[in-house]
Amino acid sequence: MLWEVEIRPKENLVDREATRILAESRALGADSLQSVQTARSFLIETDAGQADIERAADGLLADLVVENYSIHELTAESASKSETNGSRLINVLLQPGVTDNVANSARVALQELGISTDAVATCRKYWVNSDTTADDVDRVANKALANDAIEQILYGPLALDSIALGNDYDFDLLTVAIRTMDDGELTVLSRDGQLYLNLTEMQTIKQHFVELDRDPTDAELETVAQTWSEHCSHKTLAGRIRYRDGEQERSFENMLKETIFEATMEIRRRLGDDDWCISVFKDNAGIVKFNDEQAVCIKVETHNHPSALEPYGGANTGIGGVIRDPLGTGLGARPVCNTDVFCFAPPETPYDSLPPGTLHPKVVAKAVVAGVRDYGNRMGIPTVNGAVYFDERYLGNPLVYCGNVAMIPVDKCEKNQQPGDLIVAIGGRTGRDGIHGATFSSSELTEESETLSGGAVQIGNAITEKMVADVLLAARDRGLYSSITDCGAGGFSSAVGEMGEEMGAEVWLDRCPLKYSGLSYTEIWISEAQERMVLAVPPANWDELHALCEAEGVEATIIGEFQQTGRLVLKYGDSKVADLSMQFLHDGRPPVIREAIYEPVPATPLSAASGGSKPPGTSESSPASSNQPVHTGGSPRFDDDIKRILASLNVCSKEWIIRQYDHEVQSGSVVKPLVGVQNDGPSDAAVIRPELNSTRGLAVACGMNPRYGDFDPYWMAASAIDEAVRNCVAVGADPDQIAILDNFCWGNTDRPEVLGSLVRASLACYDVAVAFGTPFVSGKDSLNNEFSYDDADGQRQTVAIPPSLLITALGQLDDVARAVTMDLKEPGNAVYLVGTTHDEMGGSHYALVNDLEGGEVPRVDLDAAPAVFRAVHSWINRGLIRSCHDLSEGGLAIAAAEMAFAGGLGLELDLGVATQNPDDIALLFSESNTRFLVEVVAEKQADFEASLPSTDDGQFPVTKLGTVTENGQLQIIGTTGETIVDADINELKAVWQKPLAWN
Amino acid sequence: MATPKVCVLRAPGTNCDVETAHAFDMCGASSERTHVFRLLEDPAMLAEYQVLCIPGGFSYGDDIGAGVIFSRQLSGQLGDALGEFLQADKLLLGICNGFQVLLKAGILPGGDATWPPAAVTQPRATLTWNDNGKYTAVWVRLRTGSSSSVFLRGIDEIDMPVAHAEGKLVARDEAELQRWQSDGLVAMTYCSQSAVNGDEGSAVLPFPENPNGSAGNVAGLSDATGRVLGLMPHPERFIHATQHPQWTRRNLTGEGDGLKVFRNAVEYFA
Repeated sequence: MLWEVEIRPKENLVDREATRILAESRALGADSLQSVQTARSFLIETDAGQADIERAADGLLADLVVENYSIHELTAESASKSETNGSRLINVLLQPGVTDNVANSARVALQELGISTDAVATCRKYWVNSDTTADDVDRVANKALANDAIEQILYGPLALDSIALGNDYDFDLLTVAIRTMDDGELTVLSRDGQLYLNLTEMQTIKQHFVELDRDPTDAELETVAQTWSEHCSHKTLAGRIRYRDGEQERSFENMLKETIFEATMEIRRRLGDDDWCISVFKDNAGIVKFNDEQAVCIKVETHNHPSALEPYGGANTGIGGVIRDPLGTGLGARPVCNTDVFCFAPPETPYDSLPPGTLHPKVVAKAVVAGVRDYGNRMGIPTVNGAVYFDERYLGNPLVYCGNVAMIPVDKCEKNQQPGDLIVAIGGRTGRDGIHGATFSSSELTEESETLSGGAVQIGNAITEKMVADVLLAARDRGLYSSITDCGAGGFSSAVGEMGEEMGAEVWLDRCPLKYSGLSYTEIWISEAQERMVLAVPPANWDELHALCEAEGVEATIIGEFQQTGRLVLKYGDSKVADLSMQFLHDGRPPVIREAIYEPVPATPLSAASGGSKPPGTSESSPASSNQPVHTGGSPRFDDDIKRILASLNVCSKEWIIRQYDHEVQSGSVVKPLVGVQNDGPSDAAVIRPELNSTRGLAVACGMNPRYGDFDPYWMAASAIDEAVRNCVAVGADPDQIAILDNFCWGNTDRPEVLGSLVRASLACYDVAVAFGTPFVSGKDSLNNEFSYDDADGQRQTVAIPPSLLITALGQLDDVARAVTMDLKEPGNAVYLVGTTHDEMGGSHYALVNDLEGGEVPRVDLDAAPAVFRAVHSWINRGLIRSCHDLSEGGLAIAAAEMAFAGGLGLELDLGVATQNPDDIALLFSESNTRFLVEVVAEKQADFEASLPSTDDGQFPVTKLGTVTENGQLQIIGTTGETIVDADINELKAVWQKPLAWN
Repeated sequence: MATPKVCVLRAPGTNCDVETAHAFDMCGASSERTHVFRLLEDPAMLAEYQVLCIPGGFSYGDDIGAGVIFSRQLSGQLGDALGEFLQADKLLLGICNGFQVLLKAGILPGGDATWPPAAVTQPRATLTWNDNGKYTAVWVRLRTGSSSSVFLRGIDEIDMPVAHAEGKLVARDEAELQRWQSDGLVAMTYCSQSAVNGDEGSAVLPFPENPNGSAGNVAGLSDATGRVLGLMPHPERFIHATQHPQWTRRNLTGEGDGLKVFRNAVEYFA
């Protein structure tokens, strides 16, 4: 029997879901929808009778203080009483096979009550006024109630009598007649089979099997496609590239190795015995030294394509996936914090301007935040750092970067799997979810992606992963396994393939635990079902490991054995379903050779935009060009410019997001993401103490500025590194021990100019990392971030994202008690500008809010910057600095405003005494790199000034600009002696807080 | 001083057990992080401990309501063992999810006096969704309301963080809330940063002072003996001064105020 337990808020209480739907309906213009009532329901398939279901509903499924429930039996021809007088009923259910955590927990709880069930599902129910137009119902149902990538909508009373999943599976070995295929057929096979390999690669596979004189099985073909996918092999960036720009031509054998990795090698050579890198670019995460007992590892991943289709699940499994990276690094690391960076289109994008197949950016943003929140918070890992960037070009292809930092004992950093070790799967079961994620993420998004690749979208279960993490770390400390990796993209195929690369492996697919019956051997092999890890376990340790897992309710299963055969053998029962040479799998891929061209964007002076929607820097010339920067206000005052920059999306407060993340669990919080007298100012970086018994700290920060990429990807990359590093330094991290990570999200690199911009950014990564002594320890790239669709006129349109390089920095503090926050502390203290301001307004937020284009993009002085970082650090360490804030978007004016309103204090600055030469606009708003504002305790000014480092020209770039005041005004006197800014800090804070203060 | 044994009881999804055990140990206790599965196998082992603490997290995912499944285990299979524990001169602390568990199991506010709850009893109160409808992490100021609570001795006002989605305390009716107040069961209330000595009255304070809209600004409940405490805020997240959001402004050093809650528990057995 199939029962439905329908649960509604009590009559006198607010129906929050209904309130939300009404608001969404107004935003969607579905004005005929006037009233909504909602309920949640459980569908329970069981032999149990009504009395048992009552018992379950009564206080277990429903909270009787605030909810009422009703129970009815469903049938295939249901005309149940749930059809209420004169309203239309809309039911939203997850599609079959999508993870339903609430239903799974309900099943466990019902079992504890002695009620066994065949299946449980959850459903959301909405009754809308019956005269809602069909159009409006459809619009609201599809845009606000359900996402058809994972959910289904059923109208009217439910007519169901079973929700059980699964079917019988009859083994049938499939082979693919690749040997007789011509190029056209190979291309079709690659595309329709969702292998996403190019023709040369398909020809190589064909040739391999011609030589073997047999056809491949489907499992073999899938294994090769997954191993050779861009997602797993990074074949483009780690491949051969011929690059040329205006100044040089260069051929790379392995571009990443010769730029980013090489910077790290160079730094390690230079450090010699003081090298603090432990394991870089070879494991799932990079590992560096922390103290004598513990090392720290970090990884940042992207989950862009799944997040475009189903943002909640995409972000949810994005964070879940990146947490498994450190868990699968070395012999397993303990996660201590998360970092998340998102790129969206502006949230006020009109609904009717959306291309087909795209979700509204505000819907995407809210769901992405919820996805990260629900996974990170449940895992008990504080989310301490992040950023959000907005640009129209992220409309069809939002970016979701998720990172994790974890601690690992210094003697657990290396893996050591041996032939004879058992292959053990731990954690979640395998289902049909997430098939083809690895190959899908390597392709371009189109309006059809939603239907084609829905299976690649999943919902995670954080509690399963938390349970897995708990037993793994216990098993690690008991030395029960010799190696570990995570099941990410490619599932078992990727995990076992990588672990067994140097020896060989045999896998018994029929032994893998399944969520439901009916999966083929190939589906089991390539499923990317979440929350699974693969271990290499010496047979002697199996019993103990199994008992440990069982004791905490974690499933562990032997699924194969590592063997010294050099082959990857898959069996289903007695049948061999794949037998590939590891050598072909890992080294057989034909080298990808690509052209990369960088054409410099001609420099133009800062001037009014020439109209149109072209991004800055791409217009050929600027008719209104004049050498004078434009100030649109017409007044000598800049209060309004400051307010508009504070209210711009990239700069404004992200408190709405931050407060939904648990940023203090694990009890290590030192500098929170929001700081200041009212706990609402924007911190530069987070500081945590990751070990409860140590006062040593970690600082986590990021840097990114896609706007600079429109001018020059070299200086964009340099600026991103500078920003990430200075954010860490601003809170007290030692600039001589900062590790950085690169995450490239780019468009389609088959186009030489797209790849050219990426290579150019990589060249900057090398130069700047070496100059700063900040090694890259890990990184990841996500290419093909483009969205294609047919516009209203039937024209094919492609929108590529702007080049988006995220730099994440992981710094360290000897003692967290020396950390500094950015809020002004005491009236009377002196405020100094550290670093040099140039007239670098290109890509600035001043240009953005005033619709200007052209100008010089900010550069980094590679000689001067490290000395500035070291000086700031030494002042902080000596206790001279009361507050410190880095200068980034919006420049000096915005940093000053933020420090003032965060501290609830006024600030009086005088630019007239500035030793540098730019005009007021540049002094206020230029975004020149390597700059800080520091507040120095009044009595320590002499100490501070006496401690300025000497430089070759005797001019260390420090300028006293003014004083902290009590009057609550930000007052700035310009170079001509006139007051150019005089603004109330409460007003400044209000405009900064407003734009993203969502409900 | 005697070293009390503390059972920090964790379930699948519990995630504040390590730091909570650490806070007890910093105060001289000997704590063990015990999986509820062990206790279900051998309920008698609960008698070995002087303090039982249910820490924060998302037990069983909070999937069918915060703390519901864990609370069913306490009132079901562990009901007798817990009854003996409540009768003995021992301490029971629930933090955040632990408070949700204690309330939904019916251990609070009645304590030993109403344990085990009769099967037909309608719940007296619940912790449900925050008024703002979402998980919220924010520091709050709290005032001690119950003079009898062992855990809150010597604490008048204190800052602590909350981090929860379902922290709004709703009583079955107005009389229930008044009974808590008159019987001294209101252990802690959210209070205004600016008000002095409780002069803000009983009106529900606005966000963020009252972060969830709890009736009577109630943040924690005690039983009549003062030996059982449930509270939504996290004292284990304020064991070092550097955890306070204002520590760089106020030059705070040393211990965090939240440690007093754990020290009071340990000193009870001195």
